[in-house]
Amino acid sequence: MPRRRRREFTFRLLGMIATGIGIVFLGVFFSSLVAQGASAFKQTYLQLDIELNEDVLAPGGQLDLAYADFDSLVRTALRKELPEVSSRQDRRALYRIVSVGAAYQVRDLLEENPGLLGTTQTLWVPASSTIDMLIKGNIDANLEEALRPVSDRQIAWVESLRAAGRLETRFNKALFTNGDSREPELAGIKGAVMGSLYMLMVTLVLSFPIGVAAAIYLEEFAPRNRWSDLIEVNINNLAAVPSIVFGLLGLAVFINWAALPRSAPLVGGLVLTLLTLPVIIIASRASIKAVPPSIREAALGLGASQTQVVFHHVLPLAMPGMLTGAIIGMSRALGESAPLLMIGMIAFIVDVPGSLTDPATALPVQIFLWADSPERAFAERTSAAIIVLLGFLLVMNLAAVILRKRMERKW
Amino acid sequence: MTEVTPDKQVPPPAPNRRDAPAVENTVLREMPKRKTVLSGETVGNIHSENPFMVAENVNVHYGDNHAIQNVSLEIGKKEVIALIGPSGCGKSTFLRCLNRMNDTIDTARVTGKITLDGKDIYRKEQDPVALRARVGMVFQKPNPFPKSIYDNVAYGPRIHGLAADRAELDNIVYTSLERAGLINEVKDRLDEPGTSLSGGQQQRLCIARTIAVNPEVILMDEPCSALDPIATARIEDLMDELCEDYAIVIVTHSMQQAARVSRRVAYFHLGLLVEVDKTDKIFTNPQHKLTEDYITGRIG
Repeated sequence: MPRRRRREFTFRLLGMIATGIGIVFLGVFFSSLVAQGASAFKQTYLQLDIELNEDVLAPGGQLDLAYADFDSLVRTALRKELPEVSSRQDRRALYRIVSVGAAYQVRDLLEENPGLLGTTQTLWVPASSTIDMLIKGNIDANLEEALRPVSDRQIAWVESLRAAGRLETRFNKALFTNGDSREPELAGIKGAVMGSLYMLMVTLVLSFPIGVAAAIYLEEFAPRNRWSDLIEVNINNLAAVPSIVFGLLGLAVFINWAALPRSAPLVGGLVLTLLTLPVIIIASRASIKAVPPSIREAALGLGASQTQVVFHHVLPLAMPGMLTGAIIGMSRALGESAPLLMIGMIAFIVDVPGSLTDPATALPVQIFLWADSPERAFAERTSAAIIVLLGFLLVMNLAAVILRKRMERKW
Repeated sequence: MTEVTPDKQVPPPAPNRRDAPAVENTVLREMPKRKTVLSGETVGNIHSENPFMVAENVNVHYGDNHAIQNVSLEIGKKEVIALIGPSGCGKSTFLRCLNRMNDTIDTARVTGKITLDGKDIYRKEQDPVALRARVGMVFQKPNPFPKSIYDNVAYGPRIHGLAADRAELDNIVYTSLERAGLINEVKDRLDEPGTSLSGGQQQRLCIARTIAVNPEVILMDEPCSALDPIATARIEDLMDELCEDYAIVIVTHSMQQAARVSRRVAYFHLGLLVEVDKTDKIFTNPQHKLTEDYITGRIG
């Protein structure tokens, strides 16, 4: 008896330790992610009084937005803030504290409102990513000058700008409204998010109806014989095939044979459809099987046809399970990156995709691209993108749980 | 099996309801010639006075399993016939042949001939779906749809297009619930789910659902086995009323129930129809040894 009790105690202890280790790892993962990524949601901005000088912008009296020299306006404004900077070399260092995005911002302003030509506008423009890192403390100012990417002079200028209230960290809107960029301070996830959404749209529209139809056929209509057994085994095996294989298949069939555009969310969605179909079919079949046979018999006994039984009774009862399966499949598709690499969705794409055939990338691939970048500022943006991706996954899984709880019926 | 001596005769189950057949409390003085062996032959009388459904030499195979063998039985109009017998004897299988519910089992194979009103229900052009509307079925466990009480009853008429408009449908639902003796209990809560009712009410809802499609025969597969005695009594009362319009075939494990509700009784044993006769005859003077053993509680 005491030995039995001791055994039970040891077993419980082991279980608790295992759970504890799991929770600790999860905690470490999330806390490091938040610690690294949280700062990416803020960005350092400089306030500049930019004179929209007609002589600079429209030398021939004609404003051409594509060729006008917005850079020099920003530089002039910067020089006005720090008039003591005089040498050519110093000026060049000074220009590097502001992002190249500042010029685009001025151009966009003028494009929207050409009447501002000739006036002076006070704008908050993004600081360059090295200055941003310095302000956020990711670059140690106490290091030897040669070992850090900012010079002593640049630090002094930034300090004086900060003292004058001309430098602030604000919410990083660019992270959510911009596409990818070589400049970390301008890079955003909108392009990747849109690409992922387009792909999921294609995947959902294709895989849910096909998967449910296949499940209904296999479960309710198909004769039970060697062929249906073979199909069942194959579906179960397909669900376990490594995703990169589906990517290769997509490359061969959709791009090489069907000549669909490369890097397009349409092809990505098709590949992810192949990937999620087995998952949805298996989940749907399980939920169809869970419908009690007494309901089927009741309907059959009343003179309902097989099709009526399926559509009036089985399908409504199995729907919550099917939807849950679909959402789980979708969240797997959202997190998938390997097959997308094969069909060219890893390209560096700046524009936010506007249609299914525009070149695009996906959120997990964007994370991979950023994690590959050498700039320090991309590290925090990688974490931020992971947080956004996990947020999407969390919302989807939560939706699946809520759906299951709310639509659950008792019989 | 040993021969039974007359003094060992157990009196038949006492009828405890007013409308049960009056059973003669006679002690059999003379040992009738009784069959003791299980052969394919059915003793008693398989014929009905007014046959409506006729089964001839029905055989059912489930794969390699020969579930029922050479069963011939007539079911009369407006008659309650009870199928009794130990578990696995094939009575439910026979019942499911009558509305072709066995078609839904892939391995089941039915041979022989069953006619409904003179027409073979297994003929090629017979649509099993149409047949099931004429031969309704009530199951062992109450199985209302997870829908409202109203929709449960209205489902059959809807799929068969029995009602032209909403008022007509309302009328069908109301009369069906009334005939099933449920209307007073549910008339204020027709929108509530059918599953919210008690077990006995659910079974009466299932009966209401079945009669809503206006069938000619109602098959009942142990309709009271999941119910308490009070709910059972209500269902039995209901059967008495329903048999004025419908032929009812009931499978039951309760000898008392068979004695109370049925006019004729068919005893099945190991896939064979052993004996068919008038209820009082079966319970007082069974012709076959196996029937006697079963109704006296020695087997089964």
